[in-house]
Amino acid sequence: MTTFLQQVFNGLTLGSIYGLVALGLTLVYGILHIPNFAHGALYMVGAFMSYFFMVDMGVHYWIAMAGSAVVVAVLGIICERLVFHQLRNSPPIHDKIAAIGILLFLEAMVHMFWGSEFRRMSSPFGGVMNLDGVYLREQGILIIASTVVLVVALNLFLRKTMVGATIIAMAQNREGAFLVGIDANRVAMMTFAISGGLAAIAATLYAPLNLVYPAMGHLVIMKAFVIIILGGMGSIPGAIVGGMIIGFAEAFGGYYISTAYKDVIAFSLLVVILSIRPQGLFAKGAH
Amino acid sequence: MHPASKYVLLAVALLFPALASNEYQVYVMATAFVWAIAVYGFNVITGFCGQLNLAHGGFFAIGAYTVGLLTSDAGWNFWPAFIAALFMTAILGFLVGAVSLRLKEHYFAIFTLCVGFIIYLLLDKWEELTHGAVGVRNIAAPDGFGLVNFRETMPVYYLVLFFLVFIIWFTGRIQKSLVGRTFIAIRNGDELAESLGINLMKTKILAFVISTTYAGLAGALYAGMIRFVGPEDGNILLTFNMIMYMLVGGIGTLFGPLIGTVGIVWLTQSLQFLEEYRMIIFGPLLVLLVIFFPLGVCGSFLTWMHRKAQALGLGPKKAKSESKVTTSDQEAKNNA
Repeated sequence: MTTFLQQVFNGLTLGSIYGLVALGLTLVYGILHIPNFAHGALYMVGAFMSYFFMVDMGVHYWIAMAGSAVVVAVLGIICERLVFHQLRNSPPIHDKIAAIGILLFLEAMVHMFWGSEFRRMSSPFGGVMNLDGVYLREQGILIIASTVVLVVALNLFLRKTMVGATIIAMAQNREGAFLVGIDANRVAMMTFAISGGLAAIAATLYAPLNLVYPAMGHLVIMKAFVIIILGGMGSIPGAIVGGMIIGFAEAFGGYYISTAYKDVIAFSLLVVILSIRPQGLFAKGAH
Repeated sequence: MHPASKYVLLAVALLFPALASNEYQVYVMATAFVWAIAVYGFNVITGFCGQLNLAHGGFFAIGAYTVGLLTSDAGWNFWPAFIAALFMTAILGFLVGAVSLRLKEHYFAIFTLCVGFIIYLLLDKWEELTHGAVGVRNIAAPDGFGLVNFRETMPVYYLVLFFLVFIIWFTGRIQKSLVGRTFIAIRNGDELAESLGINLMKTKILAFVISTTYAGLAGALYAGMIRFVGPEDGNILLTFNMIMYMLVGGIGTLFGPLIGTVGIVWLTQSLQFLEEYRMIIFGPLLVLLVIFFPLGVCGSFLTWMHRKAQALGLGPKKAKSESKVTTSDQEAKNNA
């Protein structure tokens, strides 16, 4: 029972991180219909920015996280303006290739500045709580709590504010949104900013449990893609639910099946599900 | 493209070892040709048929590993292993294609990205079969049957060139055939192609199997030439490289993959001092290409030629054929 509960906790931690990354990806997809392959690179840059702020500038964890979120949000806006905006009338294959170009560039830049070695990032929440044999890492609790706060905040922002409503409107119906005078450029920039910020926060939350290195985004972005396909591309609740599915599948699969193959589990799950349901688990109609 | 220019290209390729200043250059050229063969496969599925298959590099690795494992562990000769690699990639291509091609556009790209990653992870983790991160050593060189020694650079160069010429010829035949035209019809629109009576699934799977077999062929040659394969040969970055080769040369054109691959491989050679940082140049290059020159070198050249022909030949006799060309502009570009 304790090992089971332990895996539940691990699954929740992983699922929260995946959910946050997938959330940014699904927002961009829902509004701009771009599968942003560079999202994993934004996540990676987020971790390195936090590392830079914490280790080189010596600021506190929270401030580093905020600074990193701002930097990556701006980076997202730059990508949108310089690249995706220019390609808005191109065939969809061009968006994907351009996103790959951004990914390669960002990785090479980070590689040049920081090298390829693995770095460890500390956090003020290094302790472990023992609850009847179940070990709860403080960082894990922080991750779960932060995810809940962020998701609730994002939801309130999207539902209760005018600015958020324009994003929802764009996702629901592009032409309709233009018709009522919504500025598409502003919505696109804002979406990229939120998406980048979420990626940076997720990276900063997860980095203390993991390591920081230029290729750290590869697996995460691919899992995030698996998640948004499972949850329906563009769906916000789908991203969270999908994130939890993958998180739990990995925690339990890693423990009960094989640790070496735990990364294969997510992808195999996708292959199996898409073989049976090509439109994804929760997709409603055509997207 | 002008018919004579093909023979000029071929002559240059045949004479290249004589023109090269050292053996290393010949070796680099042979590697570029191997990549070009794989990129031709990529061009069939992505350029002609319009499906971005991000597992393409994985099939290259499967071809290379099939030859590697059969020759080093099972003690086969190179050529039987080579044939086995072709069958292996064709069969796996069929299976993966049958599942993945039910998905459209982004779903297909993401799905194949995951397939590519599964291939990479298996190569890296399935140690009993693939030797894991150590890789496969002692791969047999292609058997020259006592006539030539394919352990040397020159014979290998001509061997690879032979396969490259064959692949270009074969791709040209596909492009001109009805099958090739159905590929292009699918790229231009799934629904439209279907309403013309094209069996979408069958045609897409055919394109996919052709492309993976090309990748397998390239991988098999690569294994015989380098005689070592490791999991990094299945890295997703290789697929990204191939996208760049194809895009620079001209997506969906017959000579684009060749020009793009050879051009970028030599550019990479001259940028050796950048080493792993070369993506700082190539990443933005990729972005600039899709924004400003989505047709690539070959495509832009053909469009330019086409415009010139249009501007020059507007006589009454030519006007008729000219108007025919403009209506099927896209197709004309691809046939040239």
